[in-house]
Amino acid sequence: MMGRKLIVTALACLLPVFAQAAGGGGIHLESANIQPDNKASVTRGARTYVNYCLGCHSLGYLRYNRMATDLDLPADIVEDNMIFTSNLDGEPHKVTDMMNRTMTTDYGKVAFGVSPPDLSLIARSRGVDWLYTYMKTFYVDESSAATGHNNLAFDQVGMPNVLWELQGLQRAIYTTQKDENGKESEVFEGFEQITEGTLSAAEYDKTIRDLVNFLHYAAEPGRAQRISMGIWVMLFLFVFTAGAYVLKKEWWRDVR
Amino acid sequence: MADQKNGLMTWIDDRFPLSETYKYHMSEYWAPKNFNFWYYFGVLSFVMLILQLVTGIFLTMNYKPDGASAFTSVEYIMRDVDYGWLIRYMHSTGASFFFIVVYLHMFRGLMYGSYQKPRELIWVFGCLIYVALMAEAFMGYLLPWGQMSYWGAQVILSLFNTIPWIGPALTEWVRGDFIVSDITLNRFFAFHVIAVPLILVALVFLHIVALHHVGSNNPDGVEIKKNKNAEGIPLDGIPFHPYYTVKDTFGTGVFFIVFFAVVFFAPEMGGYFLEHANFIPADPLKTPEHIAPVWYFTPFYAMLRATPSMFGSAFPGVMVMGAAIVVLFFLPWIDRGKVRSIRYRSNAFKYNLFALVVAFIVLGYYGMQAPTDLGTFLSRLFTFVYFGYFVVLWVISKDEKTKPVPERVTH
Repeated sequence: MMGRKLIVTALACLLPVFAQAAGGGGIHLESANIQPDNKASVTRGARTYVNYCLGCHSLGYLRYNRMATDLDLPADIVEDNMIFTSNLDGEPHKVTDMMNRTMTTDYGKVAFGVSPPDLSLIARSRGVDWLYTYMKTFYVDESSAATGHNNLAFDQVGMPNVLWELQGLQRAIYTTQKDENGKESEVFEGFEQITEGTLSAAEYDKTIRDLVNFLHYAAEPGRAQRISMGIWVMLFLFVFTAGAYVLKKEWWRDVR
Repeated sequence: MADQKNGLMTWIDDRFPLSETYKYHMSEYWAPKNFNFWYYFGVLSFVMLILQLVTGIFLTMNYKPDGASAFTSVEYIMRDVDYGWLIRYMHSTGASFFFIVVYLHMFRGLMYGSYQKPRELIWVFGCLIYVALMAEAFMGYLLPWGQMSYWGAQVILSLFNTIPWIGPALTEWVRGDFIVSDITLNRFFAFHVIAVPLILVALVFLHIVALHHVGSNNPDGVEIKKNKNAEGIPLDGIPFHPYYTVKDTFGTGVFFIVFFAVVFFAPEMGGYFLEHANFIPADPLKTPEHIAPVWYFTPFYAMLRATPSMFGSAFPGVMVMGAAIVVLFFLPWIDRGKVRSIRYRSNAFKYNLFALVVAFIVLGYYGMQAPTDLGTFLSRLFTFVYFGYFVVLWVISKDEKTKPVPERVTH
């Protein structure tokens, strides 16, 4: 009896915390809904990445040829079509090189205040939903000193709105709301499209989904091997454990 | 052939007690025949120790204990070393599972009174293993040199700061620098791969020597050595090998199914086994928004945070946290009961133990969360419940109303 009461009390104690976590602080993250096993999607994401992102953001833990192997792309095709960066001596990166940017750290600091971070592991530290939301919620904000653009997921972001041509420009609409104490606060209502992008909204979402899928791949290139090997290991363990169980039953027959 | 083997065995036995040791610990170690589910976690702790030692050796082959390259070397293991990801995930998942099985193993001891006379030393060695394991885990967590590695170590090491008078000097001595740095990383590496594992293995050896000297307890808490046959073999005992070796093989199989399911399909375990912030390289200039230790330390971390500071010092919290571990050592003398197993003890004992489990889980939960008023209140409440376990146990075990204990084990 007392035990049951304790469980109920303990669970009741946890409830307000969960409620708080769900309702308060931060913005609602949209589900990235990626398909990690869809290599075509990862490849499209890689194309977007090398065209729009790699100028500033290295993937210092990923090699071009590793990516080529994992995505079933011939290495020479990757070398001829996906390498736009060069090393600090000005020589183009080779297919065996890490996917590093050309920009120096010093230049990055001067241009953006902080050097743009390496994104090899960003999908594991930020999460794919955050990345997806972040890439969709840039908006025009003249008060944002750095670039004239702000971001819903990252207030006063230093990164320029790189994909504005694809998405078009949008403005955030805020309304003023009063809470029960009469305190006024600005509440985000939605976005208003100012200029059309070269992609439709649906196409842009898909482009970002592919891009996030690529970053998810880059954060753990061994994931596919991990899962396919894991299935065999589990099968082995089931057989092994079943065998051990039969053996145990047999050997324990004389124990009464 | 048989003679030859005999000859070889005789030759060895004349010089080293091989057959004798094998008999003493395996083929003629009489274990109670009524071990239940909870008795798997001892051998599973041992399995985890071996797994951590072996995977650790392989990680050491490619890891670089250097502030400038530690983080990169871990990613190198994850990406460029053949099956490096597997070794690393086994080691990181292994750390959490080591604590899971050790906590369940300790809970088993509490339930069945395995710490009671004459097994006090087994319990004390076990507590020492637990302390060594916490040191091992804490120092190992710094090695990947991610943000949470770095700031977690910074927070825990700064606890030494709170010790009156010598605190700051002591902290600096332990860190070897004014902040957590390459020097700290190097010495933690030395402790993590050499010093503490040696101590751990030695303590586990002593734990098992003491156990095999007095014999295993069992779910009934009945001393099987009281009932022996003409040859002096306990009537309720069965030889450890082959009976428990085969049973533990099965148990290990089941455990591995769970363990490797996590290793292969959820190695981050939603951020509980591998924290998200640890995928960002350590940055001494950038404090993460929310610093939380890994889950197995959070019950004690919650106690630390819940204790109000005195004279602007968090030292009382450090004392409470330390006391929560020290009190475990005295359990064999706090429990004055004559009956071991929960099966034959009073309801008060059962509720008390249940309250301890709830306290440990609730504290563990709030230790992971950012502090809130409610969280602090509940952490305080359950810190009292945690320590209350030992007080209540001392009181109720004096004249406890127990059920009759059977003569022989129930099987």
